[in-house]
Amino acid sequence: MTKELEALFWELKMDFLNAIILLLNYIFVPALSYGSQLALGAIFVSLIYGILRFAYFTAGDLMSFGTMFTILFTWYFQSLGIGLGFLPTALIAIPFGIIVTIFYVLLKDKLVFSYYRTKKSPPVMLAMVSIGTMFVTQAIVRIIIGPFDRRFFDGEKFIIRANEFKEMTGLNEGLAIKSTQVITLFVTIIVVSILFWFLNKTKTGKSMRAYSDNEDLALLSGIDPKKVVMTTWVIAAILATIGGALYGLDKSFKPFTYFNNMLPIFAAAIVGGIGNPFGAFLGGYVIAFSEILLTYAYKKFFVYLLPENLEPEGLLQLLSTDYKFAVSFSILVVVLLFRPSGIFKGKVL
Amino acid sequence: MRNNLDVIAAYSIMLGLIILVGFLQSWSIALSILCLCLISAVMTIGANIQWGYAGLINFGIMGYTALGGLAAVLVSAPPVEEAWRAGGLNILLCAFIIFSMIFIIRLIIKKFSKLKNRNYIIAAIIIVGIILLRLISAPAIESIEAVNPATTGFLGGMGLPIIFSWIVGAFFAGGLAYVIGKIALGLRADYLAIATLLISEIVIAVIKHEDWLSRGVKNVIGLKRPVPYEIDLQGKEWFINLVQKFHQGSLNLISDNLEKQQALKQLVIESSTVFVKLCFAGLFTAVVIALLIVTQKALYSPWGRMMRAIRDNEEAANAMGKNVVKQHLLIFVLGSAIVGIAGAMLVTYDGLFTPGSYRPMRYTFLIWVMVIVGGSGNNFGAILGGFAVWFLWIEAAPIALFLINFFTSGLDETNALKVHLIDSIPYFRFLMMGIGLLLIMRYRPKGILPEKIKRV
Repeated sequence: MTKELEALFWELKMDFLNAIILLLNYIFVPALSYGSQLALGAIFVSLIYGILRFAYFTAGDLMSFGTMFTILFTWYFQSLGIGLGFLPTALIAIPFGIIVTIFYVLLKDKLVFSYYRTKKSPPVMLAMVSIGTMFVTQAIVRIIIGPFDRRFFDGEKFIIRANEFKEMTGLNEGLAIKSTQVITLFVTIIVVSILFWFLNKTKTGKSMRAYSDNEDLALLSGIDPKKVVMTTWVIAAILATIGGALYGLDKSFKPFTYFNNMLPIFAAAIVGGIGNPFGAFLGGYVIAFSEILLTYAYKKFFVYLLPENLEPEGLLQLLSTDYKFAVSFSILVVVLLFRPSGIFKGKVL
Repeated sequence: MRNNLDVIAAYSIMLGLIILVGFLQSWSIALSILCLCLISAVMTIGANIQWGYAGLINFGIMGYTALGGLAAVLVSAPPVEEAWRAGGLNILLCAFIIFSMIFIIRLIIKKFSKLKNRNYIIAAIIIVGIILLRLISAPAIESIEAVNPATTGFLGGMGLPIIFSWIVGAFFAGGLAYVIGKIALGLRADYLAIATLLISEIVIAVIKHEDWLSRGVKNVIGLKRPVPYEIDLQGKEWFINLVQKFHQGSLNLISDNLEKQQALKQLVIESSTVFVKLCFAGLFTAVVIALLIVTQKALYSPWGRMMRAIRDNEEAANAMGKNVVKQHLLIFVLGSAIVGIAGAMLVTYDGLFTPGSYRPMRYTFLIWVMVIVGGSGNNFGAILGGFAVWFLWIEAAPIALFLINFFTSGLDETNALKVHLIDSIPYFRFLMMGIGLLLIMRYRPKGILPEKIKRV
């Protein structure tokens, strides 16, 4: 009797573990890495909104610009035979990509944005101008590298393969963790901690926050607006390149997808409370998790959890995966309706 | 007259350019550029009403265009009776459920505004409604999509002449704009821009993936035209006679009778496409002129003055007793409806509906470039912008080719850089648009034909 009971418990436990692993494998791990990539983008959009005070429509294309140069440098290093062994070569190319991107945004600021800033044009005007730069950036990227799908990942692809995991644990469900996902998470944690340390502890960071809170007061207290603006652009370029390169490593690089990513990034920035970098950081995860949670088919999950006679018939999918983008936008609309300043209280717009 | 000299000059240059294309490339290309210029002009009129008259940013133009296109399908495609029998009843039931849900929620919001857990009740209604909808619609959608999936697999339309869809499209787009306006119009300008951009993506997602309604990415082809088909024209006696009369001079030069017949046949084929496009251009011109007259009248009416007052100083207008919220909603709906007309016209012209082709670059941002380059607040400017930018968008490739050849003339034909540049010619149009927009915004921020306000 006890043995039978034990066997039953064992089976129940295994079923439960299987269900958990299933969720980890298909929801948690992918959402965490996608969310990190969105978060990096959302932070810089939010920063630009807070400090330069306009919606930066070039966001997605700036990411693709940075990624493009990272790819070009990766190819160059590969042709030289430089690599990182099991890590992707792109990691050493990212700093070079960042330098080019910083140069590009500063040039753009000098040629285009500074004129409107000194003239104190309304934010709408600046948003329109950023559409102009969006066209230009898009053209540059397509002319240099073309509109096609490119993969530039090399090195070890998986940290744990699904089969290995199954053998290790004896479970039915495998857990595959790609190295790019781990890299994404690590890099994001490092970059974001440095960024928040910079914003909260250093003098330049504090002056940036002061400038964002109240421009006139900040100017009165002797903060150099040029320095603040320049730092913002530099941070934007760094985050855009890193976020874009990580996304490209994880999936693949295609200029059109990057342009489209602008939309969930904006959604993340607004959901988190625009102008509030920490909110944007969390907003990235909110968007990523809700996109994946709402479009995942839960049938298998419930097959494990429920007794056999209660097994569900349909796919138990709340929305088909085609509506992935629509989910994040609907969240945005709901947030706009009920909390216009975002979940984490950004600026009231 | 003297006040309008710049308008006349700008338009004559534009028409001259199109005629030049006719002489240099072909009349068929020139006319298709003209047709799309006219459609773009309708779109810019719509966007200009919102941005130029009222200062509302609407980045959802793509969504309204697609809805107009959908209207064209729903009006003109022949109905698929088998599909209606398979699942029509359930779909109608779903529509009824949606309407009753909206009605009940409205009732609760209006009548029971003091109810304590009102929001929970509304949420419960929505959740129950969605579950009900899914249960009812899922089998119906499956059986509709199973009906002859290679050619139909959707409910089809009403089988009416496609020209009606221009009005239906306007209503569709206006209806959507009403809903969006209710949600989003309270937001500050650039926030509204982002919200509308995202909502238009949702619209596209729905049109792309609800196959029972629009065939989704499988596209609807072979929509009926409001103008004659080339094939029919080529067999018509009067048309051949017309072509003969038109080309009398050049035909008389050919002495051989057989050769003459051959040449005439060739000419008839060529002129039939030109004739069809001329018909389209005529229809579109009529729409543009009608809209232009109406919008010009509106602009200089008391209503137009009120809109400008609201645009320039919302608070002052409010203090004068103008209902700013209501007027914003009105103009948002009107502008979007005009864009919806353009969407239906576009599908009419193409004869096919391809949801996959709706992309924000082409249908939202390009239209904005048109309005800003042309001159916001000035209808003639917006239309000119539509013409000029579309012309450049199409002719960018030949221009870029010429420039590349000019600047790399010292290089070898097989030079890697030259080959690469020539391969990427299609993307130079983005560069031209971007630089054009930036230059105009910097040096002529009010556009080519700036707004003129008559002071009385």
